[in-house]
Amino acid sequence: MQNEASDVLNQFRQGDLAAFESLFHQHQRTVYRWILRIVRNPSAAEDLTIECFWRIHKAHARFEPAQGFEGWARRIATHAALDWLRANDTRIKLDAEPCGELAAPSNSDPAITAEIRARTAQAFNRLPPRLRIAATLAVVEEQPQKNVAAALGISVAAVKLRVFRALRLLRRDLQQQGITP
Amino acid sequence: MTEHDQDRLKKLLQRALPPADTDAEPSRDLWPFILRRLGEDPVAPVQSGFNWAWFDGALAAGLLLLIVSFPAAIPVLLYYL
Repeated sequence: MQNEASDVLNQFRQGDLAAFESLFHQHQRTVYRWILRIVRNPSAAEDLTIECFWRIHKAHARFEPAQGFEGWARRIATHAALDWLRANDTRIKLDAEPCGELAAPSNSDPAITAEIRARTAQAFNRLPPRLRIAATLAVVEEQPQKNVAAALGISVAAVKLRVFRALRLLRRDLQQQGITP
Repeated sequence: MTEHDQDRLKKLLQRALPPADTDAEPSRDLWPFILRRLGEDPVAPVQSGFNWAWFDGALAAGLLLLIVSFPAAIPVLLYYL
C-alpha cells in the first residue's frame, strides 16, 4: 500500500497525468477546505482549488516525494489564496465617523455583540492580507502555529509576530471607531 | 498590548468570524475544470538554456553579410563590441 502511494508520487513527479488525477481526487477536499478557511467564500475557494492544482501540476518536477504531498499542496494553496486576498484587497480607509463609545463585547447583550461583531469583521477585512491570513489560520481557525508556519513558508516566530501585529492593528481600528475591545 | 488584551481580541475575533465549515465540499466536480485549464495553458516543456529566436538568426545573418561585404568594418565592429 505504501509502495503504491510512493509510486503514485514518483509518477506524478515525472508528469504522469493519471497519477496527478489520483492525487487530485485524494486531496481535493483537504485543499478546498484549507482554502475556504482562508478566503471564506465557497465560490472563490472552488476557483482557487482549480488554480492550486494547476500550480501543483506546473511544479510537478520540483516536487520532492520524501516531503509528502499534503504539506506541499497546502503551501501552494496558501499562496494561491494569499494572491487572491491581495487581488481582492478590500482595504479602505476608515471614513465613517466614530459612533460613540461602544461597550466591550458581552454575552449578556446580544444587540451590542452583533454590532461589535460586524464591525470587528469589517475591521479585520481591512488588515493587510499577509497579516490577515496568519490571524485567520492561527486565531480564527485555531490551526497549530507550526502548520500555519509551514503553509506560509515562514518560521513559527514570524507567525506569532504577524498575529500580534494583526491584533494590534485590529485594536487600533476598533478604537478609531469608538469600540474598546 | 498586554497578553490579556490579546486574549480579549482573539475571543472577539473568534465570535466575529466563526470558523469555516470543516466538512464543506466543492459544489461541482472540479476535475474537468482542471483538465480544461491544463489544456488552455499547457505546462511549458523544460527548455534548454539557449533559445534561438528568428530575430537572433536575422541579426547574425545581417552581421555576416556586413562583414563579407565590408571587411574593413571588422575593426569598427570590434571597437564597438
